Amino acid sequence: MSRTGILARWGAAAFAAVLVLAGCGGGGIKNEKTGAKGSCGTLNMAINPWVGYESDAYVIGDLAKKKLGCTVDYKKLDEQVSWQGFASGTVDVVVENWGHQDLVKKYIDQQKVALDAGLTGNQGIIGWFVPPWMAKKYPDITNWKNLNKYASLFKTSESGGKGQLLDGDPSYVTNDEALVKNLHLNYKVVVGGSEAALIQSFRTAEQQKKPLLAYFYEPQWFFNEVHLVKVNLPKYTPGCDSDPAKVACDYPPYHLNKIVSKKFADSGSPAYKLIKNFHWTNQDQNTVSKYIAQGGMSPAAAAQKWINANQSKADAWLK
Amino acid sequence: MSSSVATTRPSTFDRGMLLVLRRNWRTSGIVAVVVGWIVAYWIGRGHDTLVIGGSQTTNVHDWLLRQENSIQTASATGSNPILQVTNGFATGVNDVISFIQRMTTVADLPRPVPEIGWLGLIAIVAWVAYALAGFRSTILVVVTFLLFGYLGYWQDSLDLLNITFVAVAICAVVGIPIGITMGSSSIVSAVITPVLDVMQTLPSFVYLLPIVVVFGIGPAAAAIVTLIYAIPPIIRITAHGIRNVPESAIEATTSLGQTRWQLLRKVQLPMAKRTIIVGINQSVMAALSMATIAAFISGPGLGQPVIEALSSQRVGTAFVAGLGIVLMAIMLDRTTTAASEHSETVARAGRHDVRLNRVVLGVGAVVALVLVWVSRQYLSAARFPSSPDIGKPIQHKVDDIVNWIGIHLYSVTHAIQNQFTLRFLNPFQELLANTPWYVVGVAIIVLAALIGGTRAFVYTVLCLAGIYGLGLWNESMVTLTATLVATVVVMIIGLVVGVWIGRSMMADRVIRPLLDAGQVMPPLVYLIPILALFGANRFTAMLAGLIYAAPVVIKLVADGIRGVSATTVEAAESSGSSRMQIVRKVQLPMARGSLVLATNQGLLYVLSMLVIGGLVGAGGLGLEVYRGFTQSNLAGRGLAAGLSICLLGIMLDRITQGAARRSGGAASTSS
Repeated sequence: MSRTGILARWGAAAFAAVLVLAGCGGGGIKNEKTGAKGSCGTLNMAINPWVGYESDAYVIGDLAKKKLGCTVDYKKLDEQVSWQGFASGTVDVVVENWGHQDLVKKYIDQQKVALDAGLTGNQGIIGWFVPPWMAKKYPDITNWKNLNKYASLFKTSESGGKGQLLDGDPSYVTNDEALVKNLHLNYKVVVGGSEAALIQSFRTAEQQKKPLLAYFYEPQWFFNEVHLVKVNLPKYTPGCDSDPAKVACDYPPYHLNKIVSKKFADSGSPAYKLIKNFHWTNQDQNTVSKYIAQGGMSPAAAAQKWINANQSKADAWLK
Repeated sequence: MSSSVATTRPSTFDRGMLLVLRRNWRTSGIVAVVVGWIVAYWIGRGHDTLVIGGSQTTNVHDWLLRQENSIQTASATGSNPILQVTNGFATGVNDVISFIQRMTTVADLPRPVPEIGWLGLIAIVAWVAYALAGFRSTILVVVTFLLFGYLGYWQDSLDLLNITFVAVAICAVVGIPIGITMGSSSIVSAVITPVLDVMQTLPSFVYLLPIVVVFGIGPAAAAIVTLIYAIPPIIRITAHGIRNVPESAIEATTSLGQTRWQLLRKVQLPMAKRTIIVGINQSVMAALSMATIAAFISGPGLGQPVIEALSSQRVGTAFVAGLGIVLMAIMLDRTTTAASEHSETVARAGRHDVRLNRVVLGVGAVVALVLVWVSRQYLSAARFPSSPDIGKPIQHKVDDIVNWIGIHLYSVTHAIQNQFTLRFLNPFQELLANTPWYVVGVAIIVLAALIGGTRAFVYTVLCLAGIYGLGLWNESMVTLTATLVATVVVMIIGLVVGVWIGRSMMADRVIRPLLDAGQVMPPLVYLIPILALFGANRFTAMLAGLIYAAPVVIKLVADGIRGVSATTVEAAESSGSSRMQIVRKVQLPMARGSLVLATNQGLLYVLSMLVIGGLVGAGGLGLEVYRGFTQSNLAGRGLAAGLSICLLGIMLDRITQGAARRSGGAASTSS
């Protein structure tokens, strides 16, 4: 019995040997010319879980790949894990960062493994939104002071007798728990899971005229489809959110920026310059996001389509 | 137990009576506890429920957070020698994986394509499958590989295979020696078993971040995460195999004066070989089930499109990618099983067959080599053709169906979810989570003692103390509620379907393949359509847990029913019992051991699924674990939640095992 076993093993070994020989024979497939402007190497790009982020990432990635000859490695990661990647050297860039003061302190100020690579040009807004039919029917709902009056409308099986405030992906930036508590709102935060879950909920709420109060944000392509109305929380003043446990004011306006790892910035990669130069508008981002989320295009194809239509903008980043 | 058996044997009659009495005493005890609990709820509801605010942390959480941070700082400065070793290991694993990738799936620059094209690769795997597992496996492997490509996931499928292969290889290298040691020493066994328990019950999200800290993001970390979950089966099954080598065989060899090593090599290992292959098979299956989790730390493979589909709610995409995982699981399962049988068939084959086999292998090798050469020469043989694409049509069809249901049956699905939650889940959760914690604690402990006996009592006290100490009591009770309710439902389904397929061969033939597919389909895949239909809430998470647990429960029930001896059933039939009576009075009572085991598995499967449910509104510990993974200041709290889940799992396991031991004992007295 062991003879065949041995035979099979020898066969496999011989096979492997011939395989190596065949490999050395050289293929008939022509080698590709390496990147247009010399060595770029690999660009490790974090992909955080919302469509707007993908738009930024794939537009940059497409240019880096086609114009600079980089190998682009997209890594689907949550925000905090991406920052961790700066420390372990496995992530080079986060292309849309929303504040994250604690992470900035930890990785930029203390560990010095990452640095700010400038603004993306996108203005970020986070807040609580209701579908348009509600704003029409209950005009005063947009003032937070009236939220308790309407709490019973938002009751669901999940909210334990209170009104439901639907939150997004658990990894998103949020003060909602503290806000509900500190503004004495009769609401319970229920976590919905993802951007798509929020969009689906809003879509259904508008179609079926069902009440919904949820966390949402701009830039966001979905506003073109359903024009959600923001609920005004107590006005934001600088510093009013410094103690996370005592926050009782609206979210700050976010100037979204790019973060790169120190190692990558020092590497002299041409992609670093591209990332620093990258700057566009909310409308640009929404255009690409819409191709992806509504048009069902792959992010790479959507990015390509935008670049083809906006050649001059893209060229300016490559200079 | 069944009185007919007791009356035919007077000697066991008294013991049977005693059992009935004892059982009645137990039942009334259980009823008393539940009544007391409800009364206490009415008096003290809402007090001392240990609710903790959304972002609040306790000292224990802060301590856990500091530990995690200190690991991070150590790894950032690179001063820790242990971390240098792990980094070296990670680099090694990454190199192996990326080597295989360059050979098979990614362009090996400056070549625009991998070294071996799709045609060559299929030729190689076909040859290997033929050599190791025979002709039928070859066909299966070739068809499956072609389907990977035609479904549109050639690269992701092979990447998953790559990671699985590397993880299982490490599992085998590390796990088999550990299993052998465990099989030969009861002390080692006693030390390692709890470690394995924790590895299998601790939710993966808990160790995802620490692993990223230590091993970096990417393939190596993905392989390690997979490994942690996939290694316990191979250790356990190897130990089992070694332990089950007949005493007589060992004595015979030791009397011949063989050394310990010779004994192992010449007797124990060959005799346990088949069992060990079963262990590898189980490890492969466990590894595949981690595919989607590994994708959360950017592990390459089919898990990627699945989690992408989760965040964009594309049911069709998730379905097709999930189909790829199922196909891979079926292929690997059947080929490893065939390989273990093949080795014996070949051994028994005559000289003529051996020669024929040799010729076929030789010719096959030449053909494979030619195809490898072709796949290096021609682009069409190197890149998998993009048409015909069977993935896209399936994807669109599934999307259409789910959209249609979402639009037209919204009020129905919404009502189902609402009614179930309001009528069953919420009242039960009130009782568990909204009663003073000491009442709930005492009640659970007494119930555990009544149902599971002394050992269960001790474990329950320890586990509940741990849960209390970890500071997430209320969240734990929310999760426990969902687990119990879902398990009740899954047991009802399990009984109905299990009895049906246990009694009918026809039903078995139709249903069993579905159950097999259900067991390997990654939960995230069916989580997505459920999410689309029912929204993000506890019901959705429970439903997913239910689907996850149903196959194993149904199979265990069916096996139990089938295990009832045919003569007993015939005897009952001849005495004129109706079918319903046979099921109720004979088959179910006699299969009681299997039913308890099914409950045990149901509970643990549902519990583990509720963690993934944290992503879609399950709340409770699942959400805590996931938040710990994604929000840096809550990492300590997430770890505490993970440990609480572990403790809940151990508690439920020990209680049901205690019950199984008792019912097993009772069954043996009546037989």
